[in-house]
Amino acid sequence: MAVEILKEKYRSKVGQVVLGATAAEGGTRSHTITVGGESALPFLHFEGEIPNRPVVALEVWDMAPEEWNPCFKKYYGDVFDDPGAWAKKCVEQYGADLILLRLVSADPDLKDSSPEECAAAVKKVLAAVGVPLIVLGCGKAEKDAAIFPVVAEAAAGENLLLGVAELENYKAITSACMAHKHNLIAQSPIDINICKQLNILIAEMSTALVDRIVIDPTIAALGYGIEYSYSIMERARNGALQGDRMLAMPMIGNVGFEVWRTKEANISAEEEPGWGDQEERGVLWEATTAAAYLQAGMNILVMRHPRAVELVKKNIDDLMCDNSY
Amino acid sequence: MGLTGLEIYKHLPKTNCKECGSPTCLAFAMALASGKASLEACPYVSDEAKAALDSAAAPPIKLVKVGAGDHVIELGDETELFRHDKRFFHPPGIAVLISDSGDVAAEAAAFDSLEFNRVGLHYVTDMIAVRCDSGNADTFKAAAEAVAGKTAKALILIAEDPAIMEAALSAVAERKPLLYAATNDNYEKMVELAKAKGCPLAVRGSDLHDTATLADKIVALGHKELVLDSGARETSRVLADLTQIRRLAVRKKFRSFGYPAMAFTTKEDPQEELLQAVVYVSKYAGIVVLKASARQQLLPLLSWRQNLYTDPQKPIQVEPKLYDVGEPTADSPVYCTTNFSLTYFIVQGEVEASRIPGRILSVDTGGVSVLTAYADNKFTAETIAAAMKKADLDNLVSHRKIVIPGYVAVLKGALEEESGWEVIVGPREASGIPKFAKEHFA
Repeated sequence: MAVEILKEKYRSKVGQVVLGATAAEGGTRSHTITVGGESALPFLHFEGEIPNRPVVALEVWDMAPEEWNPCFKKYYGDVFDDPGAWAKKCVEQYGADLILLRLVSADPDLKDSSPEECAAAVKKVLAAVGVPLIVLGCGKAEKDAAIFPVVAEAAAGENLLLGVAELENYKAITSACMAHKHNLIAQSPIDINICKQLNILIAEMSTALVDRIVIDPTIAALGYGIEYSYSIMERARNGALQGDRMLAMPMIGNVGFEVWRTKEANISAEEEPGWGDQEERGVLWEATTAAAYLQAGMNILVMRHPRAVELVKKNIDDLMCDNSY
Repeated sequence: MGLTGLEIYKHLPKTNCKECGSPTCLAFAMALASGKASLEACPYVSDEAKAALDSAAAPPIKLVKVGAGDHVIELGDETELFRHDKRFFHPPGIAVLISDSGDVAAEAAAFDSLEFNRVGLHYVTDMIAVRCDSGNADTFKAAAEAVAGKTAKALILIAEDPAIMEAALSAVAERKPLLYAATNDNYEKMVELAKAKGCPLAVRGSDLHDTATLADKIVALGHKELVLDSGARETSRVLADLTQIRRLAVRKKFRSFGYPAMAFTTKEDPQEELLQAVVYVSKYAGIVVLKASARQQLLPLLSWRQNLYTDPQKPIQVEPKLYDVGEPTADSPVYCTTNFSLTYFIVQGEVEASRIPGRILSVDTGGVSVLTAYADNKFTAETIAAAMKKADLDNLVSHRKIVIPGYVAVLKGALEEESGWEVIVGPREASGIPKFAKEHFA
C-alpha cells in the first residue's frame, strides 16, 4: 500500500541571525555563524529547509570558577585564569563553534570588576579566537546595566550576541545593542507569553532589532523540569512556523550551566553506587539534555564538557543528513 | 476519540430518556466526545450503532502488550504529536540487546539489576532483547531459556528464521515475548507462530511503503498485535519515519500505521548510541533497542523518558506533611518547602547530602514549586504557620527555628509574627543547602 507522506505546509519560518563579523564587515572574526532560518520542525528535512545546523558554544568565565566539578580541571585547569587561553583551547582542541564569555567577576559579591575590566576580558577573548562571541553579564541586573554599554562599545563592529534582556531589565542592554549593532538574547522564565511580550517590547524600542533577537526560554536540566522548557520550546517553534513573528527567533540554552549544578552530574560513584561512574554520568547528563533540546528546536547549545560537545556535534551531524522522501 | 459530538449524536436513540445521567442525548454525545462518559451508560444504543461508534472511536494507535505477569509493558495508544497538546501515555520500552552467542545468563542477570532510584521515583530498563547470532536453533532456545530464568521482565526474541523462532518460543511462549520480526520472506510462518502462541509480532519492511503493505497483509491473516519497524537505521531517517508513522496514524487514522513503532540504535560507542536513543525516545518510538548497559549510560535515558511522559497538566506531588531525613532529634534543623515532588525531593537529597539529620515540612501548595506557589498565594506565612501547627512542630523540636527557601526571603517577618518562631532564610537553590547546613547547624 502506497503511503501518502504527510508534509506540513507552514506559513512562515524561523528568522536568521548572523553572529560575528569579518574584517570586510567591520569586525575581526575569521568567519560568521548563521543560526535559525528553518521552515520545518527540527531535522524534518522532508518538509522544509533546515539551512543552518545548530551550533555549540563552550562556556568561558572571566575568572577561575571555584565550584565547577573537579573533573573539569584536566581540561581547563591550566587556562582557568586566562579567558583568552581558555577560549582558544575550547575552539582549537574541543571543537567549540563559538565561545560564550560569562562576566562572572563583575558580580558585586565576587570581584565586582568594573565595566572597563569586563570590556578588557571581552577584547582578550576576541583577540585569542576567530569565532563569533556571545557575552553574558554577571546576572545582577543593576551591575549588568552598567557593563553592557561599555562592553558593547568596546566590541563595536564585532556583531556580538549579548545577554540577557529580561522583562524587568531590557532597556539598558537593548540600547547598547542598538547603539553598537550587536545581537540580543531575550530571556523569559519558561513562559511563552512573557517570551512574546519581551520581544514586542524590544521591537518597540527598535524594529531593526527584531531580526537580531535570540530567545532564551530559560531551560532546566534533565530531571529538573526539562519537560517544561522542552514543551515551551516546541510551542514557540510551532508558533514561529505558523506565522507568529514574535516567536520566530532562533533559541539558545545554557545546557552546561544547568546540568553541572545537578546532583546527577556531580555526585561521586562512592556516594551513589547505583548511578555508575560520575564523570561519564555527568557527560551523558549534559549530552542527553542537549540532545533532547535539539529535538525541541534549540539553535545554540551552550555547553561545558568537551566530551559532551563531541557527542552532541556527532548527533547533529547525523540529524543534518537529508531525510526527504 | 476523533468523532465530534454531533457525529456521535447521529447514532444515539435521540429519546432524551436521561437514564445515562445526561439531560439529553446531545449532551451525552458531547460528554462522549470529550471522553467524559462511556457508551455503556446508554441502555438503548443499538448494536449497529455501537459497532459503528466503536470502530470510529478505536484509538488511532493500538495498545499492544509485551510480557507476562507483573512485567507487562503497554505500548502505543498514543493520541498526540506534542505532549503540550494533552500528554504522552505509554513510555517506550527501553530494551537492552544481548547476543545468544555471549555469556547470556550473566548478561541477563546484570540487566535484571538495572533499576534506579532518583527523586523518589523508581526507574527500570523494562525489556531485554535476545538476538540469534549463532544461527542455531538449540543455542537460541537455550539463550532464551537462560534469559527467562534470570529476569521476569519482558522479552524480545530476534530471529528471522521461523524454525529458530519456534524453537525458542517452545521454551518461553508463556512470557509473551515480542517476536522480531515478520518480513516479506517469512511473514506467513511468523504470523502462524505469533497467533498460535498469542504473542505480539514485530513487522519490518524495507521502507515506510513496504512496512504498510506488510502490516496490511499480516492483519489480513488475522493478527493485530503488531509493532512496526520501517527498517530505517540512520538517525535522521529513523526520526523521519517515526514522525510519519505517528502523524499518519494520529492525524489521518491511517490504519496500516495504527501500531506502536520501534527503533534500533546502530552506533558502536555506547555514548553515541545513547544520543541516538534520546532522539527516538523524544520522537515517537514505542520501543528503543540498544546495546548500552552501564548504569551511567541508562540513567539519563530513563530520566528523559520519565520526564517526557509526565502529564503536563498534573504537577507531581508528595503528601504534604513533616518528613524526617536521617534520624533527627529534638535539636535537628527544620526546613520548609512546597509539596511539588521535584522540589521536595531535590531539597530532601540536599539535606541528606549535608549529613546533618533534619526535618522537612512539605507545605500543601497543590504541587507547585516555591515561586509559583508564592505568586499564587499558596506558600505564605499563613499556610506555612498552619502546616507547622498541624505537624506539631512545637512538641517535636526543642528549638524554635525554621529555614525557608531563599526565594521567599520576604516571608521572614510575616512568618515570624504568625508562628512565633525565628525564621532563617536559606539558600535560593537547594544545592546550597549542604554548605548552609554546615554553617548553621554543624
